[in-house]
Amino acid sequence: MLRENQRNFKFDWIIIILFILLVGFGYLNILSASHVGEITSYFDTDQLYGKHLMFIGLTCVLIVLILSFEAKFYEQFASVIYLVAMLALVGLFIFGKEVNGAISWYGIGSMTIQPSEFAKFATALAVARYISDLQTNLKTIKDQLRVAAIIMIPAILILLQNDAGSTIVYLAFFFVFYREGIQQTYLIIGISLIILAVLGLKFGVLITGIIVAILVATAYFFRKKKRGSILQYIVVLLLCTSFSYGVKLFYEHGLKPHQQNRISLWLRLEKDPTKLERMKKAEAYNLIQSEQAISSGRLTGKGFLQGTRTTGKFVPEQHTDYIFSTVGEEWGFLGTSAVIILFVMLIIRVLVLAENQKSQFSRVYGYGVASILFVHFTINIGMVMGLIPTVGIPLPFFSYGGSGLWGFTILLFIFVKLDSNKINEW
Amino acid sequence: MRKLLLLTTVILVGLVFIARLFYLQVYDSSAYNIFDDTAIRKEYHYPKRGYVYDRNGKLLVANQPSYDVMVIPREVAPLDSLEIEEFCYLLKITREEYDKKLAKATNYSPRLPSPFVPQLSKKDYAVLQEKMRKFEGFYIQKRSLRSYQTSIGANVLGDIGEVNRSTIAKKPYYKLGDLIGNQGVEKTYEEVLRGVKGIKFIQKDRFNKNIGPYKGGIYDTLPKPGKDVTITIDSELQAYGELLMKHKHGGMIAIDPSSGEILAMVTGPSYNPNELVGRNRSKNYTKLHYDTIAKPLYDRGLLAQYPPGSPFKVVNALIGLQEGVIDVNDTYNCRMGYYYGSRKLTGCHHHRNPTNMNVGISQSCNGYFVHVYRRIIDKYSDAGVGMNVWANHAKSFGLGNFLNNDLSVGRKGRIPDGNYYDRAYGDNRWGSTYIVSNAIGQGEVETTPIQLANMTAAIANRGYYYTPHIIKNIEGETIPEAYTTPKHTTIDKQHFEPVVEGMFDVYNKGTASYLKVPGIDICGKTGTAENFAIIDSVKTQLTDHSIFVAFAPKDNPKIALAIFVENGYFGSRFAGRMASLMIEYYLKGEITRTDLENFVLRHSLEHEYEKPYSGEPFGINRQTKLYPIEEKEFQNLLDIKAEIPKS
Repeated sequence: MLRENQRNFKFDWIIIILFILLVGFGYLNILSASHVGEITSYFDTDQLYGKHLMFIGLTCVLIVLILSFEAKFYEQFASVIYLVAMLALVGLFIFGKEVNGAISWYGIGSMTIQPSEFAKFATALAVARYISDLQTNLKTIKDQLRVAAIIMIPAILILLQNDAGSTIVYLAFFFVFYREGIQQTYLIIGISLIILAVLGLKFGVLITGIIVAILVATAYFFRKKKRGSILQYIVVLLLCTSFSYGVKLFYEHGLKPHQQNRISLWLRLEKDPTKLERMKKAEAYNLIQSEQAISSGRLTGKGFLQGTRTTGKFVPEQHTDYIFSTVGEEWGFLGTSAVIILFVMLIIRVLVLAENQKSQFSRVYGYGVASILFVHFTINIGMVMGLIPTVGIPLPFFSYGGSGLWGFTILLFIFVKLDSNKINEW
Repeated sequence: MRKLLLLTTVILVGLVFIARLFYLQVYDSSAYNIFDDTAIRKEYHYPKRGYVYDRNGKLLVANQPSYDVMVIPREVAPLDSLEIEEFCYLLKITREEYDKKLAKATNYSPRLPSPFVPQLSKKDYAVLQEKMRKFEGFYIQKRSLRSYQTSIGANVLGDIGEVNRSTIAKKPYYKLGDLIGNQGVEKTYEEVLRGVKGIKFIQKDRFNKNIGPYKGGIYDTLPKPGKDVTITIDSELQAYGELLMKHKHGGMIAIDPSSGEILAMVTGPSYNPNELVGRNRSKNYTKLHYDTIAKPLYDRGLLAQYPPGSPFKVVNALIGLQEGVIDVNDTYNCRMGYYYGSRKLTGCHHHRNPTNMNVGISQSCNGYFVHVYRRIIDKYSDAGVGMNVWANHAKSFGLGNFLNNDLSVGRKGRIPDGNYYDRAYGDNRWGSTYIVSNAIGQGEVETTPIQLANMTAAIANRGYYYTPHIIKNIEGETIPEAYTTPKHTTIDKQHFEPVVEGMFDVYNKGTASYLKVPGIDICGKTGTAENFAIIDSVKTQLTDHSIFVAFAPKDNPKIALAIFVENGYFGSRFAGRMASLMIEYYLKGEITRTDLENFVLRHSLEHEYEKPYSGEPFGINRQTKLYPIEEKEFQNLLDIKAEIPKS
């Protein structure tokens, strides 16, 4: 008996409380965003809020299930779980159901399941398993390629299913790799490429080239100990410029028109007012509505179930990807900043715990959890407020949907389980 | 270091988000206002606008329903060409117009209602109503318009029109498309007549469809109906006054001196108030607005500010008596003008001599009043002080300032004082001889007809007046105390009797002796005012304005009036005749002096008004001739007179 009790108290209650707060607050906002007219029964599963309440109920079962497995199980079966998840993704090409142009769902009766939501924790497990292997050395190119392959497989499968948003999430693993020791150069190259891409799109390849040339020339003349020949610098310049040109080409020919427009709106590339107006109507409708809903909430919000834009269903997809706008309208600045703080606290808590793990597997997995949550949080809320281009991914624990909620719950609670086991050496 | 990358990024992103939220929700915003919330439809319910009755209870202004055919293009069910033809026939439009109107409405918005055919007549509506259900997507919207039960009193009653943006900015009660009183009673009693509109807040969705009442309708209000008002106008007298003013430009104000109630307020030319209602409002308003010669929208009774001429002499007589500078029996020897040394300051006409006060008033002697006026000013060692004393007396008759009454327009007039001349000539560089024109109502003195009528009422009351006003009764309210408390002049009561006697003698043996009405003791004073116009940048004298003030009966007066007829020449010629007719019509209800009526109705002054614009040299005053109007038009005027309803 004593052992049982001890084990219970080893779970990190801070994470669990933050989780409960987020899911609970999320439910209230889904209720507000999805109800039409009077709410007759909170358990009415014909209504989205009723369904979501059911999902939350099943989540509790799921948590008990996850916590009841031995911690070792997750490490030992990481590869199997990964394999099953990948097969589920592949299976979509044959049995998948198309919704909004993406083939991301299995239909089971009236229910739908989105395997990509589950592929995230599976990939996180696989990455943790691979990196924590004693033979793996992330400094070597070979292992770098292998671990890259682990994340590229689901990423590409999901991209092929027309769900570009979920693909971007896999970039989160870069944080994991960096923590686990890939070279500093990757970080520098990564940041440089992002800057080059944005510069190239915003100011054109020529100006980007000139800026890079000035920087390279400066670096060349102030270089220490006369290292490197001028040729190497010229190669860097050419690479940078051609990358920037490549991004431009990809933007113009590789992207679908709606993706193009989203980026164009974000970087304010379109100058023709009539075209801009048409573009805004087509692509920025959601964003404008969501920004208006958020700012109309002012400091304290209009009150629970009192949001006029929420009640009027002005923001499309408000119960899923745009759920944060409901918080903004009905709970005001106090509500939105509380949500931001809750998320930041949760991610930091996971990070701190991950650093304290004794086993590398738990640490890497914990890092993966924090990174995935962070990327979702940043992209979703950034998008709803117009800080980054529109990318359709859900807000963890908040957005409506069973697969999403379960996927994130499993992701988080496997870590809670691993964490609770950190004193047990195995 | 590697441990810190994600941690710092997380904190950084959190801070950026909170900053952005602070900007969106707190910094960049004012307090939430439901009227700015585009998710809430504000539906207004307009109450019935109050009716307007005249002093005898006759209904002047009511409401009439007007029917607009509205369309929601998206909901229009496809019609075959036969049905469209039937619909067009019912609406009295052509097939091309139908297509054009529908395209225009679709272009505005397929989802929102647009007016399709506005303001159907009652008859067209009755026919259409039965078949309306066949035409899906069209519906009839009822609106309320004013309905004038009379063709007179356009300047008194005013009109209502859509409120403009600058008014909305000042008075947030009004929203775009609301109606507001534009002139006359509609303007001054706007808030009483309009009532308070009700509002419903309705939650809508992004397709602009109504979902239901916002917060269960707790903020909704019911409309409060407008109140009926009774005005002091006697619509028969008003109608008769407007008839007399036909083919002339001028103003006429009649007041009941015992209460300050305005009995008639005529301006010529005028228009039928029904012209500013309904489909043709905009067209007609533009036409009236741009008629810069006749200026039908310019209320001459209230706005025509001119030198009053001789009627002002009675004020000088009263001031002279009050200041004790003359006695009723003091005589003055008028030598066809007033001489200062050998210089003639003012001319005069031939009349009985020597002149005492009675003769001065009844014969309208210029010299006598310059004499009186100079004695008033020179009583004080400093002309400026004298002038201030004089102005103070004159202003106590309601001259030289706004009357502060309930009419939508008005002008101050002008009573100059010492400061006025100090500014004009320099301090102490002028004396009474500089400003003698004020003695005879010329020079710097200016009044409006309503001020003159009020001045006459004060004389009729022997020393006090009630602020002239137009409101007699508001449903369930009392009229302001300012209109029921007398305002006393600075002249003692005993000084009025000799002046009233003089005005009585204007009719008995003076300048209006041929205007007497049997059985009524009328007191009056003629006036003839010189006036000028700038023609081709040359100051040119025009035919004098004909002015007359009168009250009757002499004891216990019931009516006081002031009439002025532009370029009507001497005072008794038009204005005097009209005064006698108005007084007789009001007191007796019929006209015995049909010779006077004949003269007034038969003669038009329109040729006189055309002269300055003809570009040809023209003669004035003595050199003008009168032209009678055509017989047909004369009969027409007689018909109008016969149609004035008798109570």
